[in-house]
Amino acid sequence: MTGKPVPPRSFQEIILRLMTYWGAKGCAVLQPYDMEVGAGTFHPATTLRSLGARPWAAAYVQPSRRPTDGRYGENPNRLQHYYQYQVLIKPSPPDLQKLYLGSLEAIGIDMDLHDIRFVEDDWESPTLGAWGLGWEVWCDGMEVSQFTYFQQVGGHDCKPVSGELTYGLERLAMYVLGIDHVMDMPFNDPDGPTPLTYGDVFRQTEQEYSRWNFDQADTDMLLQHFRDAEAECERILAAPETDKAGRRIVMAHPAYDQCIKASHLFNLLDARGVISVTERQAYIGRGRALAKKCADAFVTTEAGGGTLADAGA
Amino acid sequence: MPDLLIELFSEEIPARMQARAREDLKKLVTDGLVEAGLTYASAGAFSTPRRLVLSVEGLSAESPTLREERKGPKADAPAAAIEGFLRSTGLTRDQLETRADKKGAVLFAVVEKPGRPAPEIVAEVLERVIRTFPWPKSMRWGTGSLRWVRPLQSILCLLSDEGGAEVVPMTLDGLTAGNSTEGHRFMAPARFAVSGFEDYRAKLARAFVMLDASEREQAIWHEATTQAFAQGLEVVPDAALLSEVAGLVEWPVVLMGAIGEDFLGLPPEVLQTSMREHQKFFSVTNPATGRIEKFVTVANRETADHGATILKGNGKVLSARLSDARFFWENDLRTVKTAGLEGMAEGLRHVTFHNRLGSQADRIARIEALAREIAPLVGASPDLAAEAARVAKADLQSAMVGEFPELQGTMGSYYARAAGLPEAVAQACKAHYQPLGPSDTVPTDPVSVAVALADKIDTLTGFWAIDEKPTGSKDPFALRRAALGVIRLVLANEVRMDLQAGFNSSIVNLVGSLNKANRLWLLTAENGDEDDLVFELLNLTSVRNWPANLHVGPVGYTKDIVYDAKDDAASFVRIKDGGEISVDLLAFFHDRLKVHLREQGIRHDVIDACLAMPGNDDLTLLVKRAEALSGFLKTDDGTNLLQGFKRANNILTQAEAKDGVEYSFGADPKFAETDAERALFSALETAEAAIGPALQAEDFAAAMSAMAALRAPIDAFFEAVQVNADNAVLRRNRLNMLHSIRATCARVADLTRIEG
Repeated sequence: MTGKPVPPRSFQEIILRLMTYWGAKGCAVLQPYDMEVGAGTFHPATTLRSLGARPWAAAYVQPSRRPTDGRYGENPNRLQHYYQYQVLIKPSPPDLQKLYLGSLEAIGIDMDLHDIRFVEDDWESPTLGAWGLGWEVWCDGMEVSQFTYFQQVGGHDCKPVSGELTYGLERLAMYVLGIDHVMDMPFNDPDGPTPLTYGDVFRQTEQEYSRWNFDQADTDMLLQHFRDAEAECERILAAPETDKAGRRIVMAHPAYDQCIKASHLFNLLDARGVISVTERQAYIGRGRALAKKCADAFVTTEAGGGTLADAGA
Repeated sequence: MPDLLIELFSEEIPARMQARAREDLKKLVTDGLVEAGLTYASAGAFSTPRRLVLSVEGLSAESPTLREERKGPKADAPAAAIEGFLRSTGLTRDQLETRADKKGAVLFAVVEKPGRPAPEIVAEVLERVIRTFPWPKSMRWGTGSLRWVRPLQSILCLLSDEGGAEVVPMTLDGLTAGNSTEGHRFMAPARFAVSGFEDYRAKLARAFVMLDASEREQAIWHEATTQAFAQGLEVVPDAALLSEVAGLVEWPVVLMGAIGEDFLGLPPEVLQTSMREHQKFFSVTNPATGRIEKFVTVANRETADHGATILKGNGKVLSARLSDARFFWENDLRTVKTAGLEGMAEGLRHVTFHNRLGSQADRIARIEALAREIAPLVGASPDLAAEAARVAKADLQSAMVGEFPELQGTMGSYYARAAGLPEAVAQACKAHYQPLGPSDTVPTDPVSVAVALADKIDTLTGFWAIDEKPTGSKDPFALRRAALGVIRLVLANEVRMDLQAGFNSSIVNLVGSLNKANRLWLLTAENGDEDDLVFELLNLTSVRNWPANLHVGPVGYTKDIVYDAKDDAASFVRIKDGGEISVDLLAFFHDRLKVHLREQGIRHDVIDACLAMPGNDDLTLLVKRAEALSGFLKTDDGTNLLQGFKRANNILTQAEAKDGVEYSFGADPKFAETDAERALFSALETAEAAIGPALQAEDFAAAMSAMAALRAPIDAFFEAVQVNADNAVLRRNRLNMLHSIRATCARVADLTRIEG
């Protein structure tokens, strides 16, 4: 350890430090996926890239939307739009716990003063047909990250196993910066020329989206979009593997985009309260079926390791 | 005699799995060693979040040489026979010994299995144990194929004696066993070598690792209670939490903090549950106020600021959690004050109880109808019982129970009081779930009893009707617990109720309620002969108008077929006729009752003797009879009467079998030859006269003592006369008399079922 860590001063500084840290540890620092997702796991850089035998290491911020968590910007901790920081390394390195702890130090958590614990928490995503074992990581009793060794994704065994880290950025930053209400958190340098808080950036959007999510979203249209996305996903995957020029191009990613769309549409419908408990299971099942087909397609592609010499072994 | 030390060092092992893992490690390794011919003096297993440890003392240094001798064919036996023997022993002809036998020269195979050194055996056993360890859930990591509960990082495997310590050579998927380990992850992370168990344990303690979980538990509890005591407070005991917390830390540091003033008005159950489930905090009460005012958290390290930062962080997390809880509490209170509990329950129409048993609201309506019917039997007002049933599950729709499912019922009681409902109704919200297990309290308030019985009976008949009975160890709907709950409720409250009638009402409710909402398919056991089935159901239920959406099909009908018919709202109930379900369910109750009574010292044959009697679906009556019989059979009169009865019964049964007739015409005193016969006649008459009214009054003890009075006359009868007399008239009369004995006793209990 090289002296005490310097405390960060803003939300964005914490993100930048994580970028720098994981970049220095060999991860490709990616950008967010340009679609509405419920969690960083949905980014194809995690879902699809955790499949197949090719090594992978990526880190990125993913804006995430959970319509049911909207509180019109009033709840100190809950948001319908928030950020996750996501790291995925395949195969999981033997010192992943140490690497992770290093990232906490990098964002200013003093290991000599805090109590960090790895508490059992098995991860399962019914919509992705995925599961893994790991922990939630506690810092002084607060969950600051999810730490998971992927065992299966889209119904496929993960070989090799990926290690996935997910940081809930707002909560982590509030803790590190000592802030009680998310909207009060400095987004940029509080001593800069234009200091902005998280509220300055997001209070109004939280209100607007909360209203839309809960009261205004057109459910008939959403239902139609869900069916469209589902149909398009199936259609893309059913298309012949070779294009008109005779090239083999399996469209795993475009199909997966539709799967992501369907998943988010389901979340919106759920927030509008139009999905009954029984239907819920059926929708989740439909989502999972799409994810599984996308995974099946991806593992036949080059990035999915389908063309590696030893892929069949 | 060397000692063996094994440490399997991994990333954090889930707390709930550690105790079982210690036992498994100890058993699997020591069994393996013994099987391979080693012996040991003692063994102990330990665990921390990061290590699973086994210490074996006094292990033999090698397994003994084994000499096995097998006798083979004669030396001059055919070549094929000798070859077969060679094959089976794996020897060659010149390795066999020839010995003289009585019959001549015989071949012997003498195989010597040399002993093997302990390290070789240990390595073999440990590798097998690691590869097949029975974790409830295990995983792979990196590129390997080895499975462990979390990534296994190092293996320490050491044999040590006075001469020193030696690493057991073994390599497992790239992990080579060594003699070193790590201390506390943060306080002493350096690796160090050890020379044996005592050295290991001592060095770990210096490296801030308390190896023994029970030692950690004691340290936590001692420190927590000491800190609380110093402030005049008390820690709420919680053994399960203590064990879990001890499995989360290697170096426990107890910290006590205050709960914010704003939250002290929350119900104590809410405070305790929130702290326990989310934070693993102990609750600390102030005896002066009776409130939970502080919490105890257990950190995994010491810090320079004596835990100040850690405590502050934990306090902050708790405040955020409790803010949520208070938000739920206040919202829920607002809901019940404006819409009442029934308003809160509104949404249950959209919540599925089971896809073949309708919504929670359907279920509640059934429970209400049944509770109303049961109420008079338990001394409750039918209206109050119905009201309680209507609201008892309303809290499933509350925000608080949504967050903390374990508070179901408890919150209902709070909300019922807030809504101004009668106290009996409020109590029933919580109590109708009880008893939750064999040691949980049984409700006694009549309204609670009525709803509790109705709830459980509805669950049982429902799952019986859709053929989801418990099988073997699988009981996903906790139906055994529900049946035991009914049994305990009935017995503790001395409820007089014909269970079968209750089951039948419940089935009628079920068919009616499912039929309202859905198309209902009644699946018949045979070929779905609609007329017969409906006829049977009509008989059973006296329902006259079956709604049009009732369908009947054979059991083979599956949901898929109906899906094809665009009927995905259908429910399926397997009913040949309701009576069949009731009978089967009652048999299940009787099995549960036997288990329950056996634990109270009543033998199973005694219960069988009473189960064979009429009214066996009235459990209170049944148990009264069984208790009386059990007591009676422990007396001399009881055992002797039983012998007399059995003798009479045997002679009679044999005679009946031989003659092909039943001797049940009644004996005539005028054919009595001896005083003993005449005495038995009058004793039977007296007993008959006493037993009738005693049974009428359900005074089984009196009935049995009247029966006991037959003992001497029966003994004297057998002493004096020979039943199978040559005179056919006398013989018939005596057999008829034996029949009277059997019939008289049979009114009390079926003594033929008693063993011995």
